[in-house]
Amino acid sequence: MTYMQKPKIRHPRLKKNDLGLTRRDYEGVLSTLCAGCGHDSVTAAIIEACFELQLPAHRLAKLSGIGCSSKTTAYFLSQAHGFNSLHGRMPAIATGANLANRDLIYLGVSGDGDTASIGLNQFCHAVRRRLNMVYIVENNGTYGLTKGQFSATNDKNSKSKKGGNNLFEAMDLCALAIQLKAGFVARGFSGDKAQLVPLIKSAMRYRGFALLDIISPCVTFNNHAASTKSYDYIRDHSEAVDKLDFVPAQEEITANYDEGQTVNVTMHDGSSMRLHKLETDYDPRNADEALMHIRKRYAEGEVVTGLLYVDQEEEDLHSLIETTERPLNELSMDELCPGSQPLEELNNTLR
Amino acid sequence: MTGVNDFVVKFANVNGSGSASANSFFAKALFRMGLPVSPKNIFPSNIQGLPTWFEVRISEAGHLARREGVDIMVAMNPQTYAQDVEEVVSGGYLIYDSTREREFGRDDINVLGIPIARLCAFAFDDPRHRQLFKNIVYVGALAGLVGIEISVIEQIIFEQFKRKEHLNDANLKALHIGLDYSLEKFKCPLPLRVRQSDAATGKIMISGNDAAGLGCIYAGATVAAWYPITPSTSLAEAFERYLNKYRIDECGRKLGAVVQAEDELAAVGIAIGAGWNGARAFTATSGPGISLMSEFIGLAYFAEIPVVIFNVQRGGPSTGMPTRTQQSDIIACAYASHGDTRHVLLFPSDPKECFEMAAEAFDLAERLQTPVIVMSDLDIGMNTWVVDPLEWDDSRKHDRGKVLDAEALEALKEKWGRYKDSDGDGIPYRTIPGTHPEKGAYFTRGSSHTEYASYTEDGLVNAKNLARLLRKFKTAMSMVPRPTINQRDENSKLGIIYFGGTDHAVREGLDLLERDGYRLNALRLRAFPFSPDVAAFAAAHERVFVIEQNRDGQMRSLLITEAGIQAEKLIPVLNFDGMPLSGAFVAGCIQSTIETNEHVANALRLSVRAV
Repeated sequence: MTYMQKPKIRHPRLKKNDLGLTRRDYEGVLSTLCAGCGHDSVTAAIIEACFELQLPAHRLAKLSGIGCSSKTTAYFLSQAHGFNSLHGRMPAIATGANLANRDLIYLGVSGDGDTASIGLNQFCHAVRRRLNMVYIVENNGTYGLTKGQFSATNDKNSKSKKGGNNLFEAMDLCALAIQLKAGFVARGFSGDKAQLVPLIKSAMRYRGFALLDIISPCVTFNNHAASTKSYDYIRDHSEAVDKLDFVPAQEEITANYDEGQTVNVTMHDGSSMRLHKLETDYDPRNADEALMHIRKRYAEGEVVTGLLYVDQEEEDLHSLIETTERPLNELSMDELCPGSQPLEELNNTLR
Repeated sequence: MTGVNDFVVKFANVNGSGSASANSFFAKALFRMGLPVSPKNIFPSNIQGLPTWFEVRISEAGHLARREGVDIMVAMNPQTYAQDVEEVVSGGYLIYDSTREREFGRDDINVLGIPIARLCAFAFDDPRHRQLFKNIVYVGALAGLVGIEISVIEQIIFEQFKRKEHLNDANLKALHIGLDYSLEKFKCPLPLRVRQSDAATGKIMISGNDAAGLGCIYAGATVAAWYPITPSTSLAEAFERYLNKYRIDECGRKLGAVVQAEDELAAVGIAIGAGWNGARAFTATSGPGISLMSEFIGLAYFAEIPVVIFNVQRGGPSTGMPTRTQQSDIIACAYASHGDTRHVLLFPSDPKECFEMAAEAFDLAERLQTPVIVMSDLDIGMNTWVVDPLEWDDSRKHDRGKVLDAEALEALKEKWGRYKDSDGDGIPYRTIPGTHPEKGAYFTRGSSHTEYASYTEDGLVNAKNLARLLRKFKTAMSMVPRPTINQRDENSKLGIIYFGGTDHAVREGLDLLERDGYRLNALRLRAFPFSPDVAAFAAAHERVFVIEQNRDGQMRSLLITEAGIQAEKLIPVLNFDGMPLSGAFVAGCIQSTIETNEHVANALRLSVRAV
């Protein structure tokens, strides 16, 4: 049951971060997803990323839509406010929340049905607006809660558990986001925590729209031999474009990498990402190349993972529409209400 | 047809021809001469080439409703000559462009031909100016005919074009061409004329959308999300204009955000997200937008998130008549969304009340933690009204409702529950994200939940929560604006219940009825849920006419269901042709019912006996 609290038993020797918090402090209620669900691994990666980033949990807001993936926001960071909204409408809630208080971190968790079908419009416009948020898609190619229908990210000709053939083209959310000028676009695999945790950490430090499309197999409805979103298929066909380390601003950046194979990407807050490239000619700062690479690999049945694209010009909705630096929800009514004198002056202009 | 300071002028134009600003100069000039005027723009859902009308009633007595019948018709659109000529009352005037002379087949009206196109062709070289200034020429001619002080119009033109001197000069030239022509060719002024008055002294002219947008600024709203739709667009635009005027910080940045969303679903979602996060937020829309927003409105109701929605109603159903007025979203808004929901509605009657109710709506939304829908309409929203000046009491405190800050969370003795009714009024305490490191976090959801905001499938727990929401709605009854009652005769057993922009029409209708010997009392609803005053008013009368601009008597249904008034007591008076109501319509419908309906006649006899 989703509403079961985890018992708060702490091992005295659990590792603590600088805030004095253990990993357990970043957990939420017990997951009610199927055993082995990729989404639970993503939840674990989020917890690890927040622990390592030493985030005060209450300075983050968790937002989601409807579906298996959207339930997971209850499974981490119980000290953060959460908003499980409507199917496909998380981007609107995130936009409003972010406008009200620009100082919190907004972490949205969605699924492929929630994002690529019912919520596609809102997803696209949140990207266009460069909304400062981390948008995670737990992508399993299927509608789990309604028992296994194809989603729009499912590959054409992929088979359902019952043997049905998917007749329609798959939508690649990363390619779409790059085209719409998302600032940070990465793809991960729920089974590869070593890659996933640094990706989540980098996305959280990025100012602008950060998409993490995480292939997260559905063990119940889409993990059979003929599925292209199964554990086995992804393990056999994923190709990582880069290996990523994330270095927070407050830590000394130590050189421990091979210059020739590394790109340093500096974030707005001074922290930096180090990309250990596996392919010498892949540069995540080039949108056209990123798109080309995704398409080429897709044609060969490969799923490219890693940081696919990053725009170093960090820009967000607030800077675009020129709102004040202070959170709007902290402005006092005295500052917001012009008062009777200007109203009298205005009345005079209406005569 | 009437006379000095009391007549109706109508302009028939082609839209996109530049007539709108010329016509508004005319209305403004009359207002500046101290006269109450009620300009009504009757426009097509189109940008260029279709018929459009602008109607101005001048009434020193202050009747601002539409009056049927036109005393002076300025017929500038040959497409609509036939219907325009027909509307002129016997003895009235028809002004037309006589560059090409023609007959209109009515010998009971005065036809005043002015060769407007020819005059413009002589005066202006630029072909565009020849077209554009035709409008100013007829305004000048009218000024001569009805006796408007020309300096008043000159001043209005100057204010409009003070930064564009060449346009100012050209406008003045056109104005005088028209004026000189009418003074020379006709016996000026006509018996229909204006005289300086003090009937409108001190008042202002403003549209409801402008006033509502300003009201949101005064209410402290910081997030506006909207999707363009007639007739609400100008509300969001007014908010943005006033935001740029009044809310710029020392770095030139805005104390507020305006987002033009991708659709109405997103627009209301953004407002709800902001409301959840502690900002005062709103959206503005019309009927089709309300349909699209309904799912989100249900979420905000159930998850208890404050949000303000302006519904500037237009003609429905479906796309309907986007540029005509109606009050036909009453039921759709009162119960918007699936499941058991009900929402607080406010009914402003004019732009001044749009300003006041905008401010009121945000207090109510936060006090009640629920959507509040302000039910304006196209007539109030888009037309310019003569109203008393807007007022703001600087001692007024914005009521943010039950919000626990970090200190209050620290001081809590018992376990806090987001949906717990600690005070017995159905209103729980909420927290804003980011407030406290360990206390006050909760999970907001549209699924069934316990007092502590956790998911539940326990039917009894859910039923208890639904019952509390109903208790909260009862609390709302004591918070919303009370109705206004126009008690004309305490013995009268006949009453009227009405709301919104029909106020002037009803008041004039009451005068007309009284002139004919029928005295009725009237109650103007200002909010839903209904105050107990409403049922008491109904109880004090034998028969009550319910006046509304829709086909199905939606408010009447709501009164029957929600105020417990017997159906047979409520007699519907309905108008749904999309035009603002006239006093004569109100009086006519009621009078004919009095004369034909036995029950009403009985009620009337009872009233007389009581006297």
